[in-house]
Amino acid sequence: MSKLNPNYENSFWHHFSQWVKGEYNPIDGQLEMNAPDKEVFGDEKIHYVHLHIVKTQNYNERMFEEGIARNIRRFTGLYRILGVLVALFMICLLLWTVNYLPQFGDPNAPENNEVAERYIEKGLEETGAVNIVTGMILDYRAFDTFGESCVLFVASCCVLVLLRVDKDDNPDSRAREDMEDRHYEPKNDMILQRVADFLVPLIIIFGIYVVLNGHISPGGGFSGGAIIGSGLILYLTAYGFEKTRHFMNERVIKTLTVCALTFYCFAKSYSFYTGANHLHSVITPGTPGNILSAGLIVYLNICVGIVVACTMYSFYTLFRKGGI
Amino acid sequence: MAFVQNFPFFCIILSMFSAIISFVLNGRAAKYVHIAMVTSVLILSLATLSFVAGTGESYTFMMGHYPAPWGNEIRIGELEALMAVFFSLIMLLSVFGGMAHIDREVQNSKKNLFYILLDLLMASLLALIYTNDLFTAYVFIEINTISACGLIMIKKQGRTYVSAIRYMIMSLVGSGLFLIGLTLLYCITGHLLMSPAKEALAQIVAAHSYHVPLLVIIILITVGLGIKSGLYPFHTWIPDAYGYTTPASSAILSSLVSKGYIFLLIKIFYRVLDFNSIISSHMVNILFVFGLVGMIMGSVAAIKENNIRRMTAYSSVAQIGYIYMGIGLGTTAGMVAALFHVISHGAMKSLLFISISGLTEVSDGHSDFKSLKGAGFRNKIAGAAYTVGALSMIGMPLLTGFVSKYLFASAATTAQNKMLAAWIVLAVSTILNTVYFMRTVLTIYTPVSAEMRKPHGIMPSRIETAATFGMILLNVGLGVASQPVIKAIEAGLAMFG
Repeated sequence: MSKLNPNYENSFWHHFSQWVKGEYNPIDGQLEMNAPDKEVFGDEKIHYVHLHIVKTQNYNERMFEEGIARNIRRFTGLYRILGVLVALFMICLLLWTVNYLPQFGDPNAPENNEVAERYIEKGLEETGAVNIVTGMILDYRAFDTFGESCVLFVASCCVLVLLRVDKDDNPDSRAREDMEDRHYEPKNDMILQRVADFLVPLIIIFGIYVVLNGHISPGGGFSGGAIIGSGLILYLTAYGFEKTRHFMNERVIKTLTVCALTFYCFAKSYSFYTGANHLHSVITPGTPGNILSAGLIVYLNICVGIVVACTMYSFYTLFRKGGI
Repeated sequence: MAFVQNFPFFCIILSMFSAIISFVLNGRAAKYVHIAMVTSVLILSLATLSFVAGTGESYTFMMGHYPAPWGNEIRIGELEALMAVFFSLIMLLSVFGGMAHIDREVQNSKKNLFYILLDLLMASLLALIYTNDLFTAYVFIEINTISACGLIMIKKQGRTYVSAIRYMIMSLVGSGLFLIGLTLLYCITGHLLMSPAKEALAQIVAAHSYHVPLLVIIILITVGLGIKSGLYPFHTWIPDAYGYTTPASSAILSSLVSKGYIFLLIKIFYRVLDFNSIISSHMVNILFVFGLVGMIMGSVAAIKENNIRRMTAYSSVAQIGYIYMGIGLGTTAGMVAALFHVISHGAMKSLLFISISGLTEVSDGHSDFKSLKGAGFRNKIAGAAYTVGALSMIGMPLLTGFVSKYLFASAATTAQNKMLAAWIVLAVSTILNTVYFMRTVLTIYTPVSAEMRKPHGIMPSRIETAATFGMILLNVGLGVASQPVIKAIEAGLAMFG
């Protein structure tokens, strides 16, 4: 190419030839790349272990440690062999049992009885949900699904107990913590940010679509919520906590979870109460196929979706920095 | 349908709702919500009990608009209502008794999470008691397991993490086996609801088909729930799980969590698998043998232990052995004895764990026998409470432990070939119980110098004292007036039918 261009030093071709020769790095100075220092982590971990587990003065704790050491020695010997034997026994037992079960897809199998028949034949009419599975889990067996949402809720409570680090009251150490947070987080990764700009809206809109159409097409609260949660996690990975804190902080997540579960609790309590007492219920199946049909199912799906998305997002943030 | 028939449903929903609402409350408010919830569950369950005892028959409650095999359902009988009453009462007393410890040992910002875990534990126990659907039972087993893990590790020390992980692994193995058993059961019956599944199983047994899967189902469900309740060879998680966490958690875990699974197992035996086919499959004999071995081995391990809380935890292994021995007798009388022991062990163990926390508090927080010398003088109430609990464990008349031992012994007389073994092991186990419990009582009342008699450490608060008195009264009350409870258990078992 011609080097007659007066502004050749800044031209694209100059950069290109420099890059080919290996003298120029386009992302140099644009991207902060601080990979976590492995050595530092190693020391910290050992220190932590010493602090919390090994170096104990208390008599009871020492006794506990001795008990563990004894168990570990025992474990390494006999227990490994026994574990393999037990697992082999279980595998053989279950394979042997499967032989005696009805064939897969057998029309005369016991599970093809009046229960499945009514779900398939009358499901649409009774629940208004085109997707029979959603009709089953959110209408016929809604109590189980309420239990499942509570499983997610109690799991996130346990992770909070385990991983949430309380903010220090001392401003100095808090500032240091914040600095360390920034140090270990690579920021401003341009590739990731561009991809996220493109993908995150798509993912979240798709998630909302899956939640809202749970009673019409395959999907529902659990799967849609997981999609929304993954979109939020991608956004967080690309832009860091500074940005996400504005719309997904602990307060918002708590409010969303509590509102969703409370609505689920009250709505289903009403339906259980009217059902058990044979009272008239104001909830009707509506026109099958519409978005706003199938009675409570669409609202319950939204609730489940919110709970799942919040749980996934808060798990990720708790594992990453010990706070939401 | 009478309004009182809604009460069990209200209890379950109330406990779940109080867990949900506690997520946005602070620790103090969450505590009040929890106490209000457990108190109202207790009152509602008492009303249910009196209603069911009045009508003399059980009823089912539809959860939704769809009848039996299509929708969810709970079933309320006299036994279920009785269990709900005792579980909520023991929960209330344990939380009151361990309240000061909860305030000290749980981080301030995590107190509301602790009460959420307790609320959901209550909900899952109630659902396990009342459920008439096997899959609902599984869902609430999951909640029960996760919240029990949280209760173990809430103290946040290295050793509680280890015990929580150990508990989680063992407990998940149990859940997994139970789930596989459930799947196989669905494969051969096509029902998850208990009553239709039982009818389908009766046809299967009559037709002599699916003999092998039925046997495997019985094994998997029994072993799965046995692991979760701490039956002898699967007991290794018990001493750590009960020994290190905060006293209220220990009391609740030992007296309620494992009992919920035992109750579910009994319910499945009666309402799904049919107790006669359990007897003919010889599963009761296996449970009987493991129960006997557990009664001896748990006590031997307790004698070797040098830490009072771990010792009491090992004694739980022996007591779970008693319950399985009663189930293993294979008679109605044995089952009544086992169910009475579920209640009476709950009353005894919660009393012991709460009083132990009072004793260790005044000994600078040490729980080995050397430091506990004379602790009974330093904290008179806890010393007296521990003595009552220990005497009850040994089987002193007028206390609840005596009644359960008597019921076991008299139930063994009607089980022909198991009578001698049951009697001998009961006697040996009682002697071993006496050895380690009396050693502890003698240690805490060892005469010490006047200076050592002064409490060093924290004295119990008024509310803890009141709870301790409540538990002592419960033990004495169950021992003196045991007949109504036994009658209710018998009537409830007849309703299982």
